[in-house]
Amino acid sequence: MSEIKEKESWFSAKNLKLLTEPINSKNPITVLVLGICSALAVTVKMKPAFVMAISVMIVTAFSNLIISLLRNTIPNRIRIIVQLVVIAALVILVDELLKAYVYDVSKQLSVFVGLIITNCILMGRLEAFALGNKPWPSFVDGIGNGLGYGLILLVISFFRELLGSGTIWGYRVISESFYVNNGGFYENNGMMILPPMALILVGIIIWIQRSRNRKLIEE
Amino acid sequence: MENLINIFVRSVFIDNMIFAYFLGMCSYLAVSKTVKTSTGLGVAVVFVMLVTVPVNYLMNKYLLLPGALSWLDPSFASLDLSFLSFIMFIAVIASIVQLVEMIVEKYSPSLYNALGIFLPLIAVNCAILGGSLFMQEREYETLAEATVFGFGSGFGWFLAIVSIAAIREKLKYSDIPKPLRGLGIAFILTGLMGIAFMTFMGIKL
Repeated sequence: MSEIKEKESWFSAKNLKLLTEPINSKNPITVLVLGICSALAVTVKMKPAFVMAISVMIVTAFSNLIISLLRNTIPNRIRIIVQLVVIAALVILVDELLKAYVYDVSKQLSVFVGLIITNCILMGRLEAFALGNKPWPSFVDGIGNGLGYGLILLVISFFRELLGSGTIWGYRVISESFYVNNGGFYENNGMMILPPMALILVGIIIWIQRSRNRKLIEE
Repeated sequence: MENLINIFVRSVFIDNMIFAYFLGMCSYLAVSKTVKTSTGLGVAVVFVMLVTVPVNYLMNKYLLLPGALSWLDPSFASLDLSFLSFIMFIAVIASIVQLVEMIVEKYSPSLYNALGIFLPLIAVNCAILGGSLFMQEREYETLAEATVFGFGSGFGWFLAIVSIAAIREKLKYSDIPKPLRGLGIAFILTGLMGIAFMTFMGIKL
């Protein structure tokens, strides 16, 4: 039977859905509540947030791919250890790469690169998707979830950097002459730099998303 | 002694795992619906932190740091295994969680049943791995300092989850806009509590 089964194209509608769903209706952060742990602390500036998003995307995509390739050989009892080993190996690779090419950003991210290992998105996707699906869809699913995660990170860091330090991606967008100490009226909102504002921003994003998409409201 | 108290106060209030670093948020949000379950998970986290941070401190000091292996043979002094620390720490944590699970199951089946699925989940709680990684990054000098740091961070996490659970129990009676119910309001409340904890920032003993 298996020979006559039609081969699914690489970019079929089903696979594309895997890529786009995590961005909105199945977003790992605002809907599934996964991976908040290491997400919020790196969002003070856009650049580290972007590097973090890319790193997570690489690790989700490749750990999904590897676990999916191995899915029929892993005994059920020890699967968590196997998953942790695969993830940890990938994270070590990413960490060494960051240290080699973007050392200053890697210093800013400090322990949070290492914490990708215990990022719940990874475990969640491996358990829920990669263990039961073919390698290519798993890889696409990993990329999609990395994108959904990265999008939220970039939105939060955009507002925190703009309001908190008046810059975007390190470039000044609010003119120096507006500031109070140069005779203007504007002052940076120091609150935005502090950790609690990230949580409140996520709360507001969830509020907006759920009032647009009523299906997500909890009872 | 003063130094130890200082580390404890810092790790409970100022560098609180949840309010300052957002570590362990997933289980914090998922389990904090009632005070009872959150107390159980909180105690388990305190215990695991108290054990894993000192063990990882010894691992780091005698196996991983540059030159750490010289106690074995002087010719190993040039080795630097610190790139292995992630995999080493997670292995220690996973095995200690497994051990704790077995001990609790044997000696206190009632506690084991009360904690249920939360016990094994501690292995992937980022607060635990975060504790070990912060211990490594901040370079605590003695075993006592590392132990106090581990206990303090665990205790801060416990404090945070029990207080949010108490608030969420009361929230059932309040009129919140529908899209904000559940997750949204939990995030905003955590943020507000974080602001409250920031008042401790200036304290130095």
